[in-house]
Amino acid sequence: MSTHNVNPNGDEHAVVPHGEHAVVPADPIADPGLHHDELRLTDVDDKAERRAERQVAGMFTLASLLTVAFIVFYVVVGIHPDNPENGVNIGDVQVSNLTLGLTLGLALFLLGAGAVQWARSLMTSPEVVHQRHELRSDDETRAATIADFDTGTEETGFGRRKLIRNSLLGALALLPLPAVIMLRDLGPNTGGTPAQRKEHTIWAEGVRVLTDVTFMPIRAADLEIGQLVNAMPATFEALPEHGPERINERAKSPVMLVRMLPEDIHVEPGRENWGVDGILAYSKICTHVGCPISLYEQTTHHMLCPCHQSTFDLSDNGKVIFGPAARSLPQLPIAVDSEGYLIAQSDFTEPVGPSYWERTR
Amino acid sequence: MSAIVNSAGKVVDFVDQRITASNWLKRNIRKVFPDHWSFLLGEIALFSFIMILLSGVFLTLWFKPTMAHVVYEGAYLPMRGVGMSEAYSSTLEISFEVRGGLLMRQVHHWGALIFVAAMSAHMLRVFFTGAFRKPREINWLIGVVLLVLAVAAGFTGYSLPDDLLSGTGLRIIEGGMLAIPIVGTYMSSFLFGGEYPGDDIIARLYPVHILLVPGLIIALVTAHLMILWYQKHTHWGGPGKTNNNVAGAPFFPIYVAKAGGFQFIVMGVIVLLAATIQINPVWLWGPYDPSVVSAGTQPDWYVGFLDGALRVMPAWEFYIFDHPVSMSVLIPAILLPGIILTPLALYPWLEQKATGDTREHHLLDRPRNVPVRTGIGVAFIVFYVLLWIAGGNDFFATILEIPVNWITWFIRIGIFVLPPLAFIMTKRICMGLQRRDRDKVMHGRETGIVMVSPDGEFSELHAPLSQAQAYQLTWHERQLPSDPGPATDANGIPNPNYRAKRAQARLSRFYFGDVVQKPTVQELEAAHHDGHGGSDSARDELPSGQQ
Amino acid sequence: MPRSLSGRPRVSRIGRLLSTRRRHPLAAIAVLVAVLFTAGGAYAALAPSTSQNVQAASSTQIEEGRQLFAIGCSSCHGLNGEGQINANGDVLGPSLIGVGAASVDFQVGTGRMPLAAPSAQAVRKPVSYSQDQIDALSAFVASLAPGPAEPDEEYLDASQGDVARGGELFRTNCSQCHNTTGQGGALTMGQFAPNLTGVEPRHIYEAMLTGPQAMPVFNDATVTPEDKRDIIAFLDSVQNEPDPGGLAIGRAGPVAEGLWAWLVGIGLLIGMATWIVTRSSKA
Repeated sequence: MSTHNVNPNGDEHAVVPHGEHAVVPADPIADPGLHHDELRLTDVDDKAERRAERQVAGMFTLASLLTVAFIVFYVVVGIHPDNPENGVNIGDVQVSNLTLGLTLGLALFLLGAGAVQWARSLMTSPEVVHQRHELRSDDETRAATIADFDTGTEETGFGRRKLIRNSLLGALALLPLPAVIMLRDLGPNTGGTPAQRKEHTIWAEGVRVLTDVTFMPIRAADLEIGQLVNAMPATFEALPEHGPERINERAKSPVMLVRMLPEDIHVEPGRENWGVDGILAYSKICTHVGCPISLYEQTTHHMLCPCHQSTFDLSDNGKVIFGPAARSLPQLPIAVDSEGYLIAQSDFTEPVGPSYWERTR
Repeated sequence: MSAIVNSAGKVVDFVDQRITASNWLKRNIRKVFPDHWSFLLGEIALFSFIMILLSGVFLTLWFKPTMAHVVYEGAYLPMRGVGMSEAYSSTLEISFEVRGGLLMRQVHHWGALIFVAAMSAHMLRVFFTGAFRKPREINWLIGVVLLVLAVAAGFTGYSLPDDLLSGTGLRIIEGGMLAIPIVGTYMSSFLFGGEYPGDDIIARLYPVHILLVPGLIIALVTAHLMILWYQKHTHWGGPGKTNNNVAGAPFFPIYVAKAGGFQFIVMGVIVLLAATIQINPVWLWGPYDPSVVSAGTQPDWYVGFLDGALRVMPAWEFYIFDHPVSMSVLIPAILLPGIILTPLALYPWLEQKATGDTREHHLLDRPRNVPVRTGIGVAFIVFYVLLWIAGGNDFFATILEIPVNWITWFIRIGIFVLPPLAFIMTKRICMGLQRRDRDKVMHGRETGIVMVSPDGEFSELHAPLSQAQAYQLTWHERQLPSDPGPATDANGIPNPNYRAKRAQARLSRFYFGDVVQKPTVQELEAAHHDGHGGSDSARDELPSGQQ
Repeated sequence: MPRSLSGRPRVSRIGRLLSTRRRHPLAAIAVLVAVLFTAGGAYAALAPSTSQNVQAASSTQIEEGRQLFAIGCSSCHGLNGEGQINANGDVLGPSLIGVGAASVDFQVGTGRMPLAAPSAQAVRKPVSYSQDQIDALSAFVASLAPGPAEPDEEYLDASQGDVARGGELFRTNCSQCHNTTGQGGALTMGQFAPNLTGVEPRHIYEAMLTGPQAMPVFNDATVTPEDKRDIIAFLDSVQNEPDPGGLAIGRAGPVAEGLWAWLVGIGLLIGMATWIVTRSSKA
């Protein structure tokens, strides 16, 4: 604080950073000093004062009335149906929300506005000036504090008694470990590493492809060019209704079936038998961060993710053509069974969903 | 009236005899609070937070934080028979079977949006006026942490109802986590209790949302306010208002009435919003199903910039020893928050490096008088808003009827081009405003009256400013760029600190090299003698009525 | 199928409850909208009886359709609906052989065809043909080759559908493009999924059946007529459901909500703040 040059009045506060070289010119205009607020209408005119008083009191009174109105509306506007079978009448909820909200909101608002208006127009409020004091303690106090601290440290012998010090520090350093260790069981203990659990879905050889929601098997012959079917594996139906298994599979197994003209499809070597007459099955889980996608444009064969606009070309092995996703959409190899229904040839040949460290190329 | 005074006296007496309250009260009851609308932004944040706490407590009385599977049999007919989690079904219950439940849900959500918005606006105010400078760096840091906590509170709350939007948000969080090298899958597994989504996450987010994060917010807000109280509020300079004093209204009664009133006004506005504008109608989104998504899936506004960054990032993934590293996720989701928050938190010290100034500052800067800082701030706003627009690119594509891909490309390029452009333009505008102030001080106010001299010369008549008006434009500090001094001293011995000093001087020149300085005494006198302003100058004129 | 006097399909059980049980504050606006809809839909009231006749199209109707087609459609689709490709290899109009009556009824009945000008996507606009003419065109195109016929009235009746099940089907099959409340959304390169508000059940059914433009096909084998009726019932319910929380602000979710929080919420509160810091009027 000693290097800068502020004069004691604080009138001229010119900065000379790192001090010595620049010469800072003085300020051109002197401080004329605080000018006090002019009187308000309410300070001089009795009528205006009484009007302001009525205004404020009026707002407070209205607030009370509105609070009472809130209670009345709470009681009068029912939302519970006479017969639970009928369910709620949403119009009732609308009226309830509007009346309760308007009365409570206006009551609060007027209460606040009344208080503010009171302060603005009636409270006599000279502008007050307080001096600031430097926040730093004076040198004497600082020296005394440091001396006290040194004395205390000396009395403990913290510096000298190295054995005590080191064993204390060691004990303290170890203490957080139980807190961390105890979080271990947040994750499961069985079923392999998290990455291993990601590698498989309930798709397997011969598992029928079913329409989602309605769970009907799908005949290859039933699909038209341009068709999209949101589908799940037949094994999904057998999963228990409660517990995480079912919802976890919904996050991994959903596929979409599309059918396009076979000549429109560009097949990657090794995938020649993965489709059935132009019917292809792809994972619905985006390879970017995992949104379920099925925004299929049958004219362009593009599949768009609504979350971040990654776009995949389903006629070209699910390759990325726009957006942040870096990997193609996994394809599920499908075939038809003896009754003509679509089945999976196997599980997905790669993990579905976003990239993660343990995943291999 | 005297009865009130008497009973107040009794209370003071009771407390004073036990904890010496009078001593403390005497010093503080008339504490000065300066008035300016921008000083109330932080209050909006505080008061909306109180509204969130109150409505939140109400919601906990019905909300069931569990993902247990139920088949809905409640009052909302269009969902009857649909399988869902108890969290979602209890949210429907609050909305349709509890009187005032929907109102409180909407109050809670509007309150949250306004809370974070008010915090952001408050932070911008503090930034642009330099209120973060010594001695207020600690409060700036607390503010940054509070903003992060508020976003955490908001996001966990957004996730709790287990509707389609909130579940999709969690899925994106999981995807971001998986991208973290080596530990990603483990972090996800610990958070979700195994595979995504599992049936633990709602129960785990619940204590974070209603206990941990709000607890931390309350603790930090308390510290924030105590420091504010102790340091006294900053104020604008002006006649009689200096760095060594604070001018304004006394805490009791003016400030108590105004702030107390504003508390109710903020609450009232939030409740009125909740009464009239529908927010997050989860019954329309449907229960969360990881295989289902909705077009127009968006996070709440304060997470929008991160989602936007995810959207505009081009595909980029490479392999380290056969392990994928997904930069297209890591950069926007993991690195970007750090890239934004670190300089934000450290800014007071960065600027201190440029000014080399270690004094206390209690006078605020007018944004125009620090053109570089203002430019940096506006460039950041542009950067942030571009990402925010990217977060709603599909929404804006639909509204504007242009391809969403165009918006993405516009932002990909704009994010590099527009912030520097905004910086340059803002700096120029600030300097223009400074120049106008300087002209006003030197030549007076333009009157619009054009005079023709006998020689046929046209000139505009300028009316002189009063001393108070002129002081209003010149009370700020004269900030000059620093000079590193010579590299060697008179004896030719190199200065060992020269390099550091030169670097500091460069930074200082960047900040203050182009500042349009207020006139010096000589310049002012010269201007007055030249005479656009006529004979009477600001310096000659005595302030009317005062002194 | 029972229809109300207004000519609109009978609203579902819930919709009926809503409309009769209580008059909510926006009732006046709702009535106004209803009146406008009624006026616009009055002529549609006559449609059901004629569209039934399409099934047994007479040869005169086919002939009438052929003439209409030659005048209004053949410049792009060819005289016999075989489609046309210009010199550059661009498709002027796709082949209509085998697209069926449902497709014609959808494209012409929603005003998408005839196209006003080539664009990324044909949009809904005022219909250019009378229902009789549309039926004739449908009959003509259906006569070219077998294709999806227009749906049975029984499967267009929202009141017979299961709203909850329709919601599940809608969210699984449709909401990814059309949004959970049918508001529509952006697709790639300027294409978009249109808003479904106010679309005739018949056209919803036909769109699923035929997959117009970028939209994929959801034929009756994978999404059965009953499923489609449930979806229609769900959409009917969503559209007629009042917004209990107040203004719907487009039912568009967080982006709109964020804009309102900043513009209205923060804007209003800053306005209040500027009022608070001033003193009342000077003497």
